[in-house]
Amino acid sequence: MSARDRILAKLRATQPAAPNALPDLDAHYTPRVRGETKAERLARFRNGIEGFHAEVHISSEADWPALLARLCADKNVATILYGADTPAGQRLDQAAFPATTLRPWTGQVEDLKADLFHRVDAGFTQTRGAIAETGTLMLWSSEAEPRTLSLVPPIHFALLDAATIQPTFFDVLRTENWAAGLPTNALLISGPSKTADIQQTLAYGAHGPKELVVIVINAEGDAQ
Amino acid sequence: MSTQPQQQSSSSQPIAFVSAQALRARMHDAVNNPHLRQSFRGAMDFLMAKRAAQFPDQDELDSLRALSEGIRQYSLSRLPDLLEQLEANLTRNGVKVHWAETPDEANAIMLDIARRHSAKLIVKGKSMVSEEIEFNHAMEAAGVGALESDMGEYIVQLAGEKPSHIIMPAIHQTKQQIAKLFAEKIPGVDYTDNVDALIRIGRNVLRDKFESADIGLSGVNFAVAETGTLCLVENEGNGRMCTTVPKVHIAITGIEKIVEKLEHVAPLYSILTRSATGQAVSTYFNMISGPRKAGDKDGPEEVHLVLLDNGRSQAYADEQLRKTLQCIRCGACMNHCPVYTRIGGHAYGTTYPGPIGKIISPHMMGLEQTHLLPTASSLCGACGEVCPVKIPIPELLIRLRGEANSAPHAHPAMVGQGAAYDPKISFVWRMWARLYGRPATYRAFSWLATRFRALTPRKQSGWTVARTPLQPAPRRLRDMLKDRR
Repeated sequence: MSARDRILAKLRATQPAAPNALPDLDAHYTPRVRGETKAERLARFRNGIEGFHAEVHISSEADWPALLARLCADKNVATILYGADTPAGQRLDQAAFPATTLRPWTGQVEDLKADLFHRVDAGFTQTRGAIAETGTLMLWSSEAEPRTLSLVPPIHFALLDAATIQPTFFDVLRTENWAAGLPTNALLISGPSKTADIQQTLAYGAHGPKELVVIVINAEGDAQ
Repeated sequence: MSTQPQQQSSSSQPIAFVSAQALRARMHDAVNNPHLRQSFRGAMDFLMAKRAAQFPDQDELDSLRALSEGIRQYSLSRLPDLLEQLEANLTRNGVKVHWAETPDEANAIMLDIARRHSAKLIVKGKSMVSEEIEFNHAMEAAGVGALESDMGEYIVQLAGEKPSHIIMPAIHQTKQQIAKLFAEKIPGVDYTDNVDALIRIGRNVLRDKFESADIGLSGVNFAVAETGTLCLVENEGNGRMCTTVPKVHIAITGIEKIVEKLEHVAPLYSILTRSATGQAVSTYFNMISGPRKAGDKDGPEEVHLVLLDNGRSQAYADEQLRKTLQCIRCGACMNHCPVYTRIGGHAYGTTYPGPIGKIISPHMMGLEQTHLLPTASSLCGACGEVCPVKIPIPELLIRLRGEANSAPHAHPAMVGQGAAYDPKISFVWRMWARLYGRPATYRAFSWLATRFRALTPRKQSGWTVARTPLQPAPRRLRDMLKDRR
């Protein structure tokens, strides 16, 4: 018998005769549903993620590339890496970045690993949405936007459509039915990387990005 | 620092657990070390306050704990089915699943993977299971480098120590000690006790390692059976590095860390981070459902999962002991434990310190070596009160004391049952039960005891090691009450 068979046999021999009842998640979540407007969800998301040291800028569909260009200039980003084969990437292909080289991701990670680790200053990604409750971005890795884009460069710029902000992680899993098909890597991101491993003192920029900058497209136009 | 557990040469021993005398000696040293006491007191107060701030609404906490307990118990009730479902779905996703009954088997599996890839360096995300099996030691013995990349684990490894807390491994070290350590051990680094500067140093050293490592190793917080997904909770990004950048990713987990449905992770993840470090959410929640696919531009080309038993199936076999496996490793029980706070994590000598360590270690190592652990508790109940999945830790401590002290019998619930059995003590308790269980005998006994109290022995076995001898009172309570009437 293999280790697998021995472990499973031991567990089967002592498994309870009848399984416990399936836990009722709705009983916990349904009474706690908030009747929130889109603006309230955005405010809650913003408050949450700013609490985790992320920077949030409100923009519009028309203006966000110019805002990104300005932010890159302010932060002395010499090179920003992005996925070209996305709606946002196509906008960047046509944008003018006076102080920054726009570099589309090409090839496999092995081809640009050295640049990714040592020469790229920022990565740009779209997001799938966000979670208001905790101030969390949701990213699904794809062929166009590999997972290291949001991990290795010191600054991560993330583009978020305010209409995709959902109340809780539970709501996301339910309404978007993630269980029906996950990508190789799905990520929840709440702020730049951090650690409190030295004397409980919080320090940002542990191993991932030192800065997380969220650009929110707010279609109703209440941009400030 | 407290005395360190000695490393043993044999890899079959999960961690060097020394004799009972050594446990007592370590506790004694720890209690008399003011620096250690101060470090832990401060850190535990901080973590308790942060957790409390995350649960302002008692109703929400109660409801979430009940739900989390329900999910864990449901998952365990279907454990063998869910393990098979997980294996089938991971395999479909392209992940290779391995099973190991013992630490040696797990290390052999991973060493074999390392050899096939001629790996020189394995970079590690935080994994307590890898500590449990002495992974670093086993790899180094075979000539493969294993480097910790979680800041706390990196510090602890650099210092040649073990983690003293399951969430905050270097909690026993002050920043001055870490500054000294970095200056001594990392070439070209000058002494600085500025925390930001220290983290920058660690970041720079480890970035190169992520880039060059052949294999990344990680633990698993939740394995989702229905999707074949491995979920990792972290703040630093090193877990993402380890599972994304090297060509091979190996995840290792105990067989119990499994849930059926993806939606089950939502409440567990929420209560985990809030209970552990008092964070509403961690920086990253990393959900891995397979290796790099055709068209993907990055990610590991191979993903392996090692499922480890190491005594868990023994706990599983008993309805009460099975509750031990509900644990989601938040560490709240140690943060709130008056014993842990005073002696720190190293004194226990086991991979998992504190209350959870006292109830899980006996299954991993047998009661022979661990029977003193469940006695290192005042049974105050704080651990059970804060446990996010409602493990009745005090009840389990009493159960384990019973297992250790009962006479050895033919069908023990666990390895080492009866390890602390002492026929003399057992005889005394049997006599006590007989006397106290029968009113007539008890009356006769107490009458005799008060008359012959002068004959009480001065030495009363274990009782008089640290206490004055017991002596019956000159008059019985019942006689005194009679006088009153």
